[in-house]
Amino acid sequence: MAGLAATVGSGAMTNSIKDIVEADVLLVTGSNTTEAHPVLSLQMKRAVRERGARLILIDPRRIELADFAYLHLRQKPGTDVALFNAMAHAIIAHDWVNERFVRECTEGFEAVKTAVADWTPERAAIVTGLPPSKIVAAARMYAMAKNSAIFWAMGITQYTTGTDNVKALSNLALLTGQIGRPGTGLNPLRGQNNVQGACDLGGLVNVFPGYQKVADEAARRKFAAGWGVPYESLSPVPGLTVTEMMNGVVDGRIKGMYIMGENPMLSDPNLNHVRHALSQIEFLALQDIFMNETAEMAHVILPAASFAEKSGTFTNTERRVQLVRPVLSAPGEARPDWQIITEIANRMGHDWSYDSPEDIFTEMAALTPQYAGMSYERLAPGGLQWPCPTPDHPGTPVLHVGQFARGKGLLIPVDYKPPMEVTDGEYPFILSTGRILFHWHGGTMSRRSPGLEAIAPAAEVEINPADAAAYGIGDGDWVRVASRRGQVVTEAKVTERSPVGTVFMTFHYAEVAVNLLTIDAVDPTAKIPEYKVCAVKIEKVEQPEELAV
Amino acid sequence: MIQADRVVTSTCPYCGVGCQVDLYVKQEMIYRVDGRFDNDVNRGALCVKGRFGYDYVHAPDRLTTPLIKDGDGRFQPAGWAEALDLVADRLLAIRDQYGPDSIAILTSAKCTNEENYLLQKLARAVIGTNNVDHCARL
Repeated sequence: MAGLAATVGSGAMTNSIKDIVEADVLLVTGSNTTEAHPVLSLQMKRAVRERGARLILIDPRRIELADFAYLHLRQKPGTDVALFNAMAHAIIAHDWVNERFVRECTEGFEAVKTAVADWTPERAAIVTGLPPSKIVAAARMYAMAKNSAIFWAMGITQYTTGTDNVKALSNLALLTGQIGRPGTGLNPLRGQNNVQGACDLGGLVNVFPGYQKVADEAARRKFAAGWGVPYESLSPVPGLTVTEMMNGVVDGRIKGMYIMGENPMLSDPNLNHVRHALSQIEFLALQDIFMNETAEMAHVILPAASFAEKSGTFTNTERRVQLVRPVLSAPGEARPDWQIITEIANRMGHDWSYDSPEDIFTEMAALTPQYAGMSYERLAPGGLQWPCPTPDHPGTPVLHVGQFARGKGLLIPVDYKPPMEVTDGEYPFILSTGRILFHWHGGTMSRRSPGLEAIAPAAEVEINPADAAAYGIGDGDWVRVASRRGQVVTEAKVTERSPVGTVFMTFHYAEVAVNLLTIDAVDPTAKIPEYKVCAVKIEKVEQPEELAV
Repeated sequence: MIQADRVVTSTCPYCGVGCQVDLYVKQEMIYRVDGRFDNDVNRGALCVKGRFGYDYVHAPDRLTTPLIKDGDGRFQPAGWAEALDLVADRLLAIRDQYGPDSIAILTSAKCTNEENYLLQKLARAVIGTNNVDHCARL
């Protein structure tokens, strides 16, 4: 998000699910779309099968989309910047640049030209393990098509170089003018159902709702007035991110935490460190629909309503705000989160008096320019895509038409940096983590659904057949996977999906918590942990009783 | 065929695609889920989670009462008033003793826009800190 905000002025998906079929070339990288965004992937498949679009898949793993790909580039994990820079090099060297677009709509061309001058496909080949001809072919196909769209997900951002990866992708779109029309654009696919909304409405350390900076005096005055609090009470200093909060507990800066609907004891990297942090916090309160690993460490747990028991809105990956409607009453004494938060605010000396989520939406929309023209009445027929600044605005299916949110698109030079932890003699494998179709995130929801659990009841580690043979591991054997931070024991799935030298696990299974292994190194700008690369060793074990430590 | 007591249109709670669903309820149980066709998001389609992944709403281990940890580290059921008072008192005490930036808040990519808005407002306007984040990065 930080990468796109810098280059085009907004961190959100530029285009719509509906216009995917209008692309002539789809470049999908770091997104296992058929498993993580299955229904959106149907549009990609339609584009390929019914409209003859060409799919360039850039992914180390042989995922299902590979069956639909015209080109599949299986780069070494963590070498994306080298690859994208070489594609930019080829685009410039072969004169595939959209010169008019670059001249009229962008700035920074010379700096990027200089930066990628040394990144010949031959040099990138050494880093990425890809043949130079394939790199050039991908660059040509992307640049020369009438409409090319780029899609990515956490397979691009969950690196210490995640922001650089996004900037390097953005450079490809800006060099070729593949943005601002249906079937083009830079399209980060958001994971959780409302991650877009949580960002839009200020669940971030440096911005109020609508990405209005806390450091900006005018923004603080606006929110102080809107909330009826003294201007001086709003802090201008950006706060601590999740990973920094845990360090803050350890070094004594953070004494109390309040967590709504999250489970950092399963989803954060380097779990032993998180446990160490939360075990020494003075006060931890948590509201959720289930007991979980983090709740076990809390002092107070408040029971919340599920999505089926409350009204409100979610904002999807294409910036579409859609209604959530109650269908059941909450079990026992559970209450909707908005009521719980209101009660706490009032017990802390404030006077909030919201009647309903719609009441909150009205206040929120008035302070959030992207949502200003929305109301529950307008959202009911099918939602609206932000920005929707006025009550008669139809919403915005495609961003950056004619002009970028920041004025001119910014080409930013980035250089390749290897991942924080590289393989060595002791830890010779790369561990990459992700999702499978049948489960979701920490498994809280999907693993309580018997139909899904029956299909995918246990964690597995995917290992390439050549690696498995070298270690005497067969399909279904028990394997210990260990990093410098922890170890887990899990079943082996021997499969060509994993490239040689890389193993893959999901984070859906609490009993085989892969984040005991992952590294808490983060991207310096976006603070996203490097879930996609850490170094591990594997060994076959006999005793399945011996589970995670 | 079962006749639903009611059918309610809503948004699937799983991934960021935001498929539109019809939830069929009989005797306070979601027993069937269909994708809606009248939209540009899913046009009737649903994935395996969106169609069959709703049992968790009815799971027997849903939290149904506030819980407070006692001196022995065991959770004891508590009333709302007691639990909410405790949370507010402790947060106020920590803020007053160590300052607003000694408190950290995690909002949720699984909760609604309205709830995220309110919780960051609690952090910024009530507590006075920008230590407010969520798991977008994870």
